[in-house]
Amino acid sequence: MSNVFTQVVDWLTDPDHWKTTLGIAGIPQRLGEHLQYTGLAVLVSALVAIPLGAYIGHTGRGGTVVVGIVNSFRALPELGLLILLVLAMGVLLAVQALTIALVSMAVPVLLAGTYAGVRNVDRAVVDAARGMGMREWEILWKVELPNALPLILGSIRAATLQVIATASIAAAVSLGGLGRFVVDGNAFREYDQMAAGAVLIAGLAIVVELVLSGVQWLVVSPGLRKPKTRGRSRAS
Amino acid sequence: MIEFQAVTKRYDDGTVAVDHLDLTIEDGRVTVLVGPSGCGKTTSLRMINRMVEASSGTILLDGKDIRDQPAAALRRGIGYVIQNAGLFPHRSVLDNVATVPILLGTKKAAARKRAAELLETVGLPAEMGKRYPGQLSGGQQQRVGVARALAADPPVLLMDEPFSAVDPIVRDDLQDELLRLQSELGKTIVFVTHDIDEAIKLGDKVAVLRVGGQLAQYDSPSALLAKPVDDFVASFVGRDRGYRALGFLSAHGIEVKPVAAVALGATVDEARRALEGGWAVVVDDTRRPVGWVSEVSLSTVEGQVRREWLVSGGSLYVADAEGKAGSLRTALDAALSSPAALGITVDGEGALVGAVTAESVLAALAKARQAGEVPL
Repeated sequence: MSNVFTQVVDWLTDPDHWKTTLGIAGIPQRLGEHLQYTGLAVLVSALVAIPLGAYIGHTGRGGTVVVGIVNSFRALPELGLLILLVLAMGVLLAVQALTIALVSMAVPVLLAGTYAGVRNVDRAVVDAARGMGMREWEILWKVELPNALPLILGSIRAATLQVIATASIAAAVSLGGLGRFVVDGNAFREYDQMAAGAVLIAGLAIVVELVLSGVQWLVVSPGLRKPKTRGRSRAS
Repeated sequence: MIEFQAVTKRYDDGTVAVDHLDLTIEDGRVTVLVGPSGCGKTTSLRMINRMVEASSGTILLDGKDIRDQPAAALRRGIGYVIQNAGLFPHRSVLDNVATVPILLGTKKAAARKRAAELLETVGLPAEMGKRYPGQLSGGQQQRVGVARALAADPPVLLMDEPFSAVDPIVRDDLQDELLRLQSELGKTIVFVTHDIDEAIKLGDKVAVLRVGGQLAQYDSPSALLAKPVDDFVASFVGRDRGYRALGFLSAHGIEVKPVAAVALGATVDEARRALEGGWAVVVDDTRRPVGWVSEVSLSTVEGQVRREWLVSGGSLYVADAEGKAGSLRTALDAALSSPAALGITVDGEGALVGAVTAESVLAALAKARQAGEVPL
C-alpha cells in the first residue's frame, strides 16, 4: 500500500476532481457550498449574538441568566440536532435546519465574547464618557464597542473556525459542502477521498483564519494593539 | 455659582452619603471638597453633573435647577476630570481632547485644531496628539484629561481626585500647572481630594466634610488652619497647621540682614577673611547663591574656592519677585534649613540679597498678630 500522503496528493491534484462532471460535484462547487453554509450561519449568529451581548454588557442586566442559558447550548450534539431538525422540518428545509444547528453552536461563542468585551471596558473610561455628556447609545457605539472590538473579532474567528469544521455534517442530510468527500469516501471505502476532504476542510479553516486576522488588524484601533508600546520600554 | 440647597443622597440600602448639604460655590474660584473616605465628597461632586442623582434637595447652577435639562446636555456644558484621566484608549490623544466639541457639533477639523492648541495650553507638545493614551505616562495622561475637560470651554470644571494616582513630584507639577491655568482662565472649579495639603494649596475655599456626609467647616484655607471649628477639623487639618498657616502671611517688610559673600574662584585666604560668625555664602558670577563655606570646611583646603568643597545650602527665600514677597513660611524654612541658621534671601532673578533669621520671622509674626492680620 502506497503512502497515504501521496494518495491524498494524487487525489487532490487529479484534474477530474476540480470540475463538475456528470452531476458529480468537484472541489470548487463543494468549497462554494461549504463557504455558503458557513457564511450564512456566522452572519445569522452575529446578527443575533452581537446586539444581545452588547446590550447585556452595557446595561449589566440579565447577564448571568443569558450566559447560563446560552452555555447550555454548548452541550448540544450538532449532528443529532441537525437530524432531529430535518426530521421535524422536512428535507426541503434542510439548509434552514443546518443553519439553525450551526447557529446554535456559534451564538454562545459570539455572545460570550461580545458580553465580555463590552463588560471589560475600563469602568473609568465609561464613567468619563458619560460624564462628558455622551448618551447611552453613544457610549455603547463610540466607546464600548470600539474597545471591545478585539474580543468581539476574536470570538468571530473562533466561531467561524468551529462552524467551518462542523459544517461538514451538512453531508449527513444530503447537502453538499466539503463534508461530502468525507462521508462519500467513508461510504465507498475510498479513504484517499475521505482524507483529502479532511485536508480541504483544515486548509479552508487556516485560510479563513488568516483573512480574519488581517481584517482584525485593519479595523482595530492602533491604540488597542498588543504589545503596547509603553514609554518605559522605549526609554530603555 | 453652584448652590447646594439641603441636598441629601440616600442609597437604596439606607446609607446616607450626603446629609442636608447647604453649600454655595463661588464663580471663578477653586473650591475644594475634602474629607476622609466615606464623607460623601465625590458623591457631592458627581451630583453637580447628575452622575449621581440627589435623593432630595436642589442643586442650582447659575440659578437654574440642574434637573431642568437632560443630563447629557447638562454634562456637555461642564468639564469633568477623573482619577487616572479615563482617556479613551482607542482614540488618539487629539481625538480624545476633541470629544466634547464634536459631540456639540463642531466640525472635526476645527475641533482637532483647537485640541492641538489645548495640548500646548496644558504643557504638552502638539505632536503628542498623534499618540495613543497607552503610550503616555500617568502625568501626561492627566494633562490630556484636563485639556479634554477644557475643550468646549465650559465655565465649570469638576475634578474628582485628579492627581491622586500620580507620584508626588509629578503631582506637585500638575498642581502648579492647574494654578497657572486657573490664573489665566478663571474657571469655577470644584475639586475633590482626600489630601488636606492639596486642598490648602489649590483651594480659594475649602469645604471639610465629615463621615456621614455633613459639612464640618467651609472657609478659606488660612482660616481653616488658624481656626478649625472643632476637634474633627483640627485633627484632619493636621499637626503642623501652625507652621503651614505661615504660608498665608506675607513676609513683606521682614528684616533682611547683609550676609558675608564670597565669589566662586576667590582664594581660600580671601574666603577666610570674609567669614562672619564662621560662615559665608558662595555666589557664582551672576550672584546666585551656590552653597556655603565655613571655617571648618576651609581649614583643610588651599588655592581657590571650588564647587566640590561647598556645604550645600538650605531652601531659598525669594523676597520681592515682581512686587510679591514670599510667605513667612518660606522665610522660616530658609532660616531653619540653612547650615548657618541664616535663610538665604534672593531677589526675583535669584541673585543674593541678604539673609533672614528665624527670630526675624517670629518678630514679623508677632507684628502681624498685633495688626490683626492673623485670623483668630
